Amino acid sequence: MAVGNYIRERFFPHIWCPGCGHGIVLNGLLHAIENMGLKKNDIVMVSGIGCSSRIAGYLDFHTLHTIHGRALAFAVGVKMSRPELTLLVPMGDGDALSIGGNHFIHACRRNIDMTAIVMNNRTYGMTGGQYSPLSGYGTLATTAPYTNIDQAFDVVNMATAAGATFVARATAYHVLQLADVLEEAIRHRGFSVVEVMSPCPTYFGRKNKEGSAVDMMEKLKTTTTPLGSKAKQENPSLIERGVFVKKEMPEYCAKYQKIIERAMKGK
Amino acid sequence: MGGKLTFVQGNEACVEAALYAGLDFFAGYPITPSTEIAELMSVRLPRKGGMFMQMEDEIASICAIIGASLTGRKVLTATSGPGFSLMQEALGYAIMAEIPCVIVDVQRGGPSTGLPTKVSQGDVNQARWGVHGDHSIIALTASNHQDVFAITVDAFNFSETYRTPVILLFDEVVAHMREGLRIPEPGEIPLVERLKTSVREGVDYHPYLPREDGRLPMSDFGGVHRYNVTGLFHDMWGFPSEKPEVVHELLRHLVDKIESHVDEVTRYREYFVEDAEILLVSYGSAARSALHVVADRRKHGERIGLLELQTLWPFPSALVREKTKNARYVVVVEMNMGQVLQSVRASVEKPERVFLSNRVDGVMITPVDIRNILRLIQGKGV
Repeated sequence: MAVGNYIRERFFPHIWCPGCGHGIVLNGLLHAIENMGLKKNDIVMVSGIGCSSRIAGYLDFHTLHTIHGRALAFAVGVKMSRPELTLLVPMGDGDALSIGGNHFIHACRRNIDMTAIVMNNRTYGMTGGQYSPLSGYGTLATTAPYTNIDQAFDVVNMATAAGATFVARATAYHVLQLADVLEEAIRHRGFSVVEVMSPCPTYFGRKNKEGSAVDMMEKLKTTTTPLGSKAKQENPSLIERGVFVKKEMPEYCAKYQKIIERAMKGK
Repeated sequence: MGGKLTFVQGNEACVEAALYAGLDFFAGYPITPSTEIAELMSVRLPRKGGMFMQMEDEIASICAIIGASLTGRKVLTATSGPGFSLMQEALGYAIMAEIPCVIVDVQRGGPSTGLPTKVSQGDVNQARWGVHGDHSIIALTASNHQDVFAITVDAFNFSETYRTPVILLFDEVVAHMREGLRIPEPGEIPLVERLKTSVREGVDYHPYLPREDGRLPMSDFGGVHRYNVTGLFHDMWGFPSEKPEVVHELLRHLVDKIESHVDEVTRYREYFVEDAEILLVSYGSAARSALHVVADRRKHGERIGLLELQTLWPFPSALVREKTKNARYVVVVEMNMGQVLQSVRASVEKPERVFLSNRVDGVMITPVDIRNILRLIQGKGV
């Protein structure tokens, strides 16, 4: 199926600003899905609130646009009821890790089969550029006019510590790797987390003098490096991308089926 | 009458009823005094192929049941005041997206952590107004286990009929007290199953296009029809819309679908109302003490009656007006600062003859408490 068949064309052009990385995430996701040959009726997308969450509206899947931070909790209810469906949960950084942080770590811990995509633009874009838990120390935001004194989470470390069985990082610059990583995440049977570094030139970029959208793209190229590269050893400040965790663990819905079997036998 | 006789807690009666009604998905978080519901569900649900989940908090619990309900399941969560407060945003989502679900709030003393193990009826107005924005809601209660059973089945039936969340407002006394319960035979109480769309696969399905009778046939989410569900104002396809006419119509629909069916969702009991000079209006465990007073004073020849409300929202104003019209005094008996009192006063022609007999110290209101108020009203002194 051509990529165009997966979208609800009547809602385009999308609402994302010029230079925003989210459209590239959408593109990467669609290529992953196309490559896997998934049927539209087999995919459920559950999103929360924010720029990232608007992605659900553009896709011709079963789409559940929920409330801020709670997408994973809704997704758990859908997946438990219909384990045969493929669950995709795109979230923003504030959505997933600030208001939704508790749901995020518990979803990691349960290892329920779904793919959480954290579209990390380091800001609350929909409300106009306030600092997020991923903005980072020393950044500027409309709510950090002097400087941001909050330390950032590391999504990869956090997901790993919480028990996610697939953890990866990609960027909106490395388009081909993004599609590959997303495909691998969706194929993984268990809870997958993919952080996608996605530039927000309108708010984060402008506040922090990161230049144009092109400059910000360039920065994704120059400040990141493949996992385990020599460059990282020479320059520890580089951010690694790639698949950090991939391990087999019993999946939650499958485990619950066993509970049902036991209960029905009265044991 | 057949059925199985048991001796149970009110929380157990609620569990039995939910299973009887066809519940097959429960998500919850431990909180006194509702925890027994979660514990029992964890045992009983998987035995019938259903699912129990202990979530990370009450917010996740209500979100999970909403997700499960969309796929076609009958769902429940149970909590108490603090958890019910956390659930309000998602409750609003279920109202807006018209997703059937039942939420039990076993009331305890509040606000805040309050009195975790003590009785209260302080969440009546929260059940009605806890969600931001205009909306309507159904909230039910009961004073004894047989009625807990019946009203819980009603809650599921109303939830499916009107595609709306329904609140079961029990209280600590009813939840933890043990008394007899006869579990009805299967089929004895009619069950409302989800109205499914007859639109075939491949044909345009409108998830939010009401039929002439106002009901919305559903297609199991994740099934043959792909559609959008959102908490934003939305059109008949479920896609966001800010068009004034769409917003106006949807808001009216959300309110009217409940407010225009007050008679259908009103449940109550009455005792000696006909000739009552003094009419007590009560509900939940407070109604047990009220009934005791009525039975006792009738023996002394006093013309006293009880109207026991089981549907608290939408408030049955016409019923209350009708039943109280011949009474000289109306006394609302409840364990809060007068939450149903407000609604009763707003419903009757002479609000000045409506009095409150309450108790808000975590102790169940007693017949003596009520008698003392009656004596004051009658000018007899305490």
